[in-house]
Amino acid sequence: MRCFSLALVVLLLPLAGCEEEGVLRPGANDHETLQQALLAAQPGDVIQLGEGTFRLQRGLSLTVSRVTLRGRGPQATVLSFRGQTEGSQGLLVKADEFLLEDLGVEDTAGDAVKVEGGKGVTFRRVRVEWTRGPSPDNGAYGLYPVQCERVLIEDCAVSGASDAGIYVGQSDTIIVRRNRAERNVAGIEIENSKNADVHDNILTGNTGGILVFDLPGLQVKGGRHVRVYNNQVHDNNEDNFAPPGNIVGQVPRGTGMFVMANDHVEVFGNTLRNNRTVSLAVISYLVTGLPIEDPAYDPYPESIYIHDNTFEGGGDSPDPTRQLSLAIGIYLRPIPDVIYDGLVDPKKLREGRLPDELRLCIRNNRRIGGTFGFANIDAANLPSGMPRISRDLGPHDCAHPPLSAVSIPGVGP
Amino acid sequence: MTRLARGVLLVGGVLSVVAGCGADGPGPEVCRDVRTGPPCTKLSGFGLFRRPEAQEPAEGVWPFEPNSALFSDYTLKYRFLYLPPGTQAQYSEDEGFALPEGTILAKTFAYPLDARRPTEGIRLLETRLLIHRPEGWVALPYVWDEAQQDAVLRPVGTTIDVSWIHTDGQRREINYVVPNTNQCKECHEDSRKVLGTIGVKARHLNRDYPYPWGSENQLAAWTRLGLLRGAPPPEAAPRLPVWDDPRTGSQEQRARAWLEINCAHCHSPTGSARTSGLDLLYAQQRGYDIGVCKPPVAAGRGSGGRRYNIVPGRPDESILVFRIESTVPDIMMPETGRRLPHTEGIALVRAWIESMPGTCP
Ligand code: HEC
Ligand code: HEC
Repeated sequence: MRCFSLALVVLLLPLAGCEEEGVLRPGANDHETLQQALLAAQPGDVIQLGEGTFRLQRGLSLTVSRVTLRGRGPQATVLSFRGQTEGSQGLLVKADEFLLEDLGVEDTAGDAVKVEGGKGVTFRRVRVEWTRGPSPDNGAYGLYPVQCERVLIEDCAVSGASDAGIYVGQSDTIIVRRNRAERNVAGIEIENSKNADVHDNILTGNTGGILVFDLPGLQVKGGRHVRVYNNQVHDNNEDNFAPPGNIVGQVPRGTGMFVMANDHVEVFGNTLRNNRTVSLAVISYLVTGLPIEDPAYDPYPESIYIHDNTFEGGGDSPDPTRQLSLAIGIYLRPIPDVIYDGLVDPKKLREGRLPDELRLCIRNNRRIGGTFGFANIDAANLPSGMPRISRDLGPHDCAHPPLSAVSIPGVGP
Repeated sequence: MTRLARGVLLVGGVLSVVAGCGADGPGPEVCRDVRTGPPCTKLSGFGLFRRPEAQEPAEGVWPFEPNSALFSDYTLKYRFLYLPPGTQAQYSEDEGFALPEGTILAKTFAYPLDARRPTEGIRLLETRLLIHRPEGWVALPYVWDEAQQDAVLRPVGTTIDVSWIHTDGQRREINYVVPNTNQCKECHEDSRKVLGTIGVKARHLNRDYPYPWGSENQLAAWTRLGLLRGAPPPEAAPRLPVWDDPRTGSQEQRARAWLEINCAHCHSPTGSARTSGLDLLYAQQRGYDIGVCKPPVAAGRGSGGRRYNIVPGRPDESILVFRIESTVPDIMMPETGRRLPHTEGIALVRAWIESMPGTCP
């Protein structure tokens, strides 16, 4: 094997276009320069990219584990995919222990960076941007780990994604912190994943700030154990520009946060300000109206705990163009701070109510310039036109034990 | 299609040509053993062909063809199997055949000058090799030189401008993509990151092939030649229809066969599109899993504004149809491996969806 890979390296080196200190620089054929370096990489290698703009018409891919791809800064080193003619991603990674840091990725045709099935994924100070601003023609996801384990996304900035700026799907053990997501359809989406800490992020100008979703029909489901805390979620009022047909296309503009069908979610210490449809909604997948042909799927959000958040403004101008606005109480003006669709799993009821450990608990939230508002909109009776809307917090005055922090070996606070 | 290979092939020849790499030609060719040495930088080093420009195989190198083939921009394809002397493939009913170390599979892509005369004026573009080594399979693309004398290993792939007269008499021009070794993995690798073969399965190979000695079922021929052990008689082995031959199956069966060979290497529970939950294996029985009334997962603008992968009776509302018709990089399916839409395959899939009963919510 050694002999074999050596031969490949020898083959590749003369063409690799690298100069002093092994730093790759933009040149005549950037795709070949970078792709060759990615193919020739050995486990443990650091591929360094110099300052400037690499112009790429074709997607790049990496399949070697323990490789670092490092630029000189999110503005200084840019991978520009404007006019991309091949590849559904800018960079596709199928490898473990992958680290991407200090560079910008612009204008990919599809997703910017997708990591599939990787154990150990880090994005640090990566900027992803679709430079024309929001458009349904932009790629779906910015930073996109899927079916991964140990995912760290920190100090990144993503804007313009036509689905989610930062999207972690079907993954386990995740930290998403100190990122900025702006003018995407969804700022951050944690989907069908478990053990995630999402904290100290800034979400602004998106259609929806943070989505914690569990969807049917996927290999990995049962999203649970997600902590969303200390995030600034404000002014997410961009018109939904997702291509229709996608689940995020249902998100009304002006959504602060959605928790859908996930279990064990703790939302605390966040500031939600001026999200004009709804600040925070806890809903079942049933309200999407989509069919569920997945017997193993649980569409109900359970064991959700919302506490110590600060709300301001918002709910005053719900998006009338989305069906989902109905299920979150568009007819209430303004829509209160926290909305619950009230749908519960009939199989789990004991004496007509959910056992304590499965309840939605809401405590100690405050509203600037008013009193904290809540409504259970009784979506079960929406179709009949006679929902029994309840603003009573009493049934939700409870607390769940705090969820434990996510820890990734070698990653400090 | 592999008619070129006809005529010259010898029956039961000595299986020794390939084991070492020739050292002819310039440059230090150090690939004595395909199992352990570095890969030949030139295709000629493997000794697979008697007359490379005509894709005539050497002794002990066997041409084959699947029932339905992957669409690759209307290229002609020539496929070959080489097994080390004294070794055999092990039959499996559903899985890929187990192949011994030292096995080489080759697949050459070519265009004729005029597709209405597909045996004349052939330009070879690339030959892809899968080699079974002790550490597993490796995938290698070799790109043919202008003179069509030899092909050179290009792990990074390349693009080639090609043009030909199509079957409709019109000239076609494309910027053909030779995939890099990572792209081979996107189709040939499973969720455990294990690389393997795709078409070397009973259901794909169970068909007649025009051998020099006459037409014979490939499974029967391989068994008779001692290349394959454990295979039942062809009638007892599974067989997929030929997508464009109505005698081989119903419209639905042929559409499903087309989907399996073009999509299922990614769209299966272990393929790289497993994250989408769409399973296009021929054997998949559940409508939802093959996309009927299944909403998309991560399609982005690949949804084309449509709600479900397949809406019975309504190809124009089905995402699956939108994506096989597209040539936009992040929309089109398959994601790699083609620049053009496969008009005839699309027509078949459309007709099948058109005839499908039922509705979606
Ligand atoms: C877009 C998906 C795709 C890509 C990319 C791809 N292949 Fe394949 N390959 C297939 C399919 C499907 C078959 C079987 C059907 C056929 O041969 O038409 C196949 C067949 C083969 C075969 C014949 C043996 C077999 O497995 O059936 C070889 C050899 C091969 N490919 C090598 C390669 C190499 C080397 C690369 C990269 C340079 C590559 N392939 C890239 C899809 C792909
Ligand atoms: C090289 C791998 C590959 C091949 C081959 C491939 N696909 Fe895909 N496909 C993907 C990936 C990855 C996704 C998920 C991301 C996306 O939707 O773009 C996907 C998603 C899809 C979706 C959306 C599914 C959903 O529910 O979200 C459809 C429809 C689809 N493919 C159809 C096809 C068809 C039809 C073929 C064959 C003609 C095909 N694909 C071949 C990789 C592939």
